[in-house]
Amino acid sequence: MRTADPKPTRDLPQSANWHRKDLLGIRELELSEIELILDAAAAFKTVSSRDIKKVPALRGKTMVNFFVEPSTRTRTSFELAAFRLSADVVNISATTSSLQKGETLKDTALNLQALHADIIVLRHSSAGAPKFLAERLDSSIINAGDGAHEHPTQALLDVFTIREHLGKVEGLKVAIVGDILFSRVARSDIWALKKMGAEVTLVGPSTLVPRSFEEMGVEVARHIDDIVESADVINLLRIQHERQRKEYFPSLNEYVRFFGLTKARAAKLKPSCLVMHPGPINRGVEIDSEIADGPQSVILTQVTNGLAVRMAVLYLCSTAARKVR
Amino acid sequence: MDLIIKNGRIIDPTFDRDEVADLYVVDGRISAHPPEGECETIEARNLVVAPGLIDIHVHLREPGQSHKETIETGTQAAAAGGFSSVVCMPNTDPPADSASTITWITDRVRECALVNVFPTGAITKGLNGEEMAPIGSMVQAGIVAITDDGHCVQNHEVMRRAVEYARMFDLAVMDHCQDYNMVGGGVMHEGYWSTVLGLAGWPRTAEEIVVARNILLAELCGTRIHCQHLSSGGSVRLLRDARARGIPVTGELCPHHIALTDEFVSSFDTNYKMNPPLRARQDVEALIEGVADGAITLLGSDHAPHAFFEKEVEFDRAPFGILGLETELALFLTILVHRTKAIDLNRLITMYTVNPATLVRLQKGTLGDGADADVTIIDPELEWTFRKQDSYSRSRNTPFDGWELKGRAVRTIVAGKTVWKA
Repeated sequence: MRTADPKPTRDLPQSANWHRKDLLGIRELELSEIELILDAAAAFKTVSSRDIKKVPALRGKTMVNFFVEPSTRTRTSFELAAFRLSADVVNISATTSSLQKGETLKDTALNLQALHADIIVLRHSSAGAPKFLAERLDSSIINAGDGAHEHPTQALLDVFTIREHLGKVEGLKVAIVGDILFSRVARSDIWALKKMGAEVTLVGPSTLVPRSFEEMGVEVARHIDDIVESADVINLLRIQHERQRKEYFPSLNEYVRFFGLTKARAAKLKPSCLVMHPGPINRGVEIDSEIADGPQSVILTQVTNGLAVRMAVLYLCSTAARKVR
Repeated sequence: MDLIIKNGRIIDPTFDRDEVADLYVVDGRISAHPPEGECETIEARNLVVAPGLIDIHVHLREPGQSHKETIETGTQAAAAGGFSSVVCMPNTDPPADSASTITWITDRVRECALVNVFPTGAITKGLNGEEMAPIGSMVQAGIVAITDDGHCVQNHEVMRRAVEYARMFDLAVMDHCQDYNMVGGGVMHEGYWSTVLGLAGWPRTAEEIVVARNILLAELCGTRIHCQHLSSGGSVRLLRDARARGIPVTGELCPHHIALTDEFVSSFDTNYKMNPPLRARQDVEALIEGVADGAITLLGSDHAPHAFFEKEVEFDRAPFGILGLETELALFLTILVHRTKAIDLNRLITMYTVNPATLVRLQKGTLGDGADADVTIIDPELEWTFRKQDSYSRSRNTPFDGWELKGRAVRTIVAGKTVWKA
């Protein structure tokens, strides 16, 4: 019985130059490694548009989606990516895991390894948790977001989407708007964009974009009006105004006044400017509903590309882990 | 047995003494005259013979946390580090906030301590910063200072009254300087590296604001206030100005705050997590300058043992603190005396003997005739490598494993008896 189209196996992306069993962050990656993932993702993207959306690259491998912090989008994306590579997938969330019973992260992970999990995709509220596991386990560890530290696959899908639409990343003016301080997406995006040669401007309240970010080699603007006319890409982050944010800015209303991408502001965007958002979006807060659904929005393309990027990451890291062993 | 320590370079800051001579011990005390009859002779040629060193800041973890450390193992580590006396902190379980707990500690010290242990008591009941602990009763039970170390009294009125009350007993108040609201869930220095790593920042200002508070209260009440484990350059500046104005405040430096910076946290290794946190290069420089110009006058370890399993967790969930007793003297010799030459050996010994003894009123820290024969013999030039597996502590939470250091204690003598030698 044929479970997959054998042809794509022959044109699977080159993995000879990839040597990492884990993907923990973008900061430690070389530009060539980022480009390798993006090229692999481009190859895998064609798989999803086929009639039979599956290749046998990871047949017989087990991937554990270990989500200690809740997520729908990223978890589903990794799960689908694994399915399309023919891996077996197990989902573990905080509420169903022994972490609830007081087991430590280390012990839970060692148990997963004892069950021969080849790949562990980890989402965790603590920065550094994926590195902690990577140093202790033979399994491939893929960081699906650790605290406010990094969310590497999101950054990769962001630059993939930019490159796909604008042909390049180098030299582009990219603005990241919103709650930068608590955003792992912002940090990974900054590293990826800087390494690929973009000019990055962070936009947000001074409490959420502290001066220390300038040391990462980015510009900081205090009003969205300062960047709407010149930006090639605007990446809007979800803004929260829950209990823990009350001391950072007074109200969502005031936030929108200075930082919301309203219809009036969007009218000043360059026609070629991409409007991005990692989701989930707050319609009418960081972005007006019509802009989110408008022609410059690539928000749903980002989701589609996320699948291809995650296929590439799973494939490359899993292959490297095999070489290491 | 009586002792003759021969040919050592005797450094006794109390009497401005720095000469090669023999030191005599008779009946557990320093003697101006050699012992009569049989005695032990210790050769100390090319070695420094100093008053027994005092660590003003250690956590011995008893009662209640003996899986981390005990009075027995902690004082063994102290002896191996060259310390004949330690001052232990009250954040035990239960906290040392009553005469009965202090008595429990002093009883336990009598049973199993290898070096002198001087307990401190809590400032507030349960270390909760609200109600004054029974300070007078604890003085009668033997405390040498009060502190809520590990915690910080946030209510300035509560602190003011405790400071005022302590003056009645000529008691020093030692403070862990941390504004809780400003620190929040901070786990590392707020700066470039906390930004990169996405870890919650613990800003310098949160320490400096409490140092400033303590300076004002010391001025108001006339009580000695000691600011523990200073980490920020701004704190040094505040302290320098206050001391120039004659305010009775002192500051303490721990070796990790000058040996390491926040960049080490990028490994997410929890042995780089301490409170206050490792700071930036500019703070390291300001702290060393503060030692050099006398703004900071005390050295301590903040020896804070934690079991391996407690530290081997996600960075933000790990407890704060590292071991210190067995590496502090060597680190300070290496960095302050040999590498930066911020101070000479005599000053270093002063900071480990006379100054802590003065702060908490111990009849220690000198080699004068009749003094307790607590002696530390130091080889200031010895090059050696610290190995954590050799530690006497019950715990292993140190970032200094494998560090090459210059200088260390080679013998520790308490009341005339050698309790440790290399």
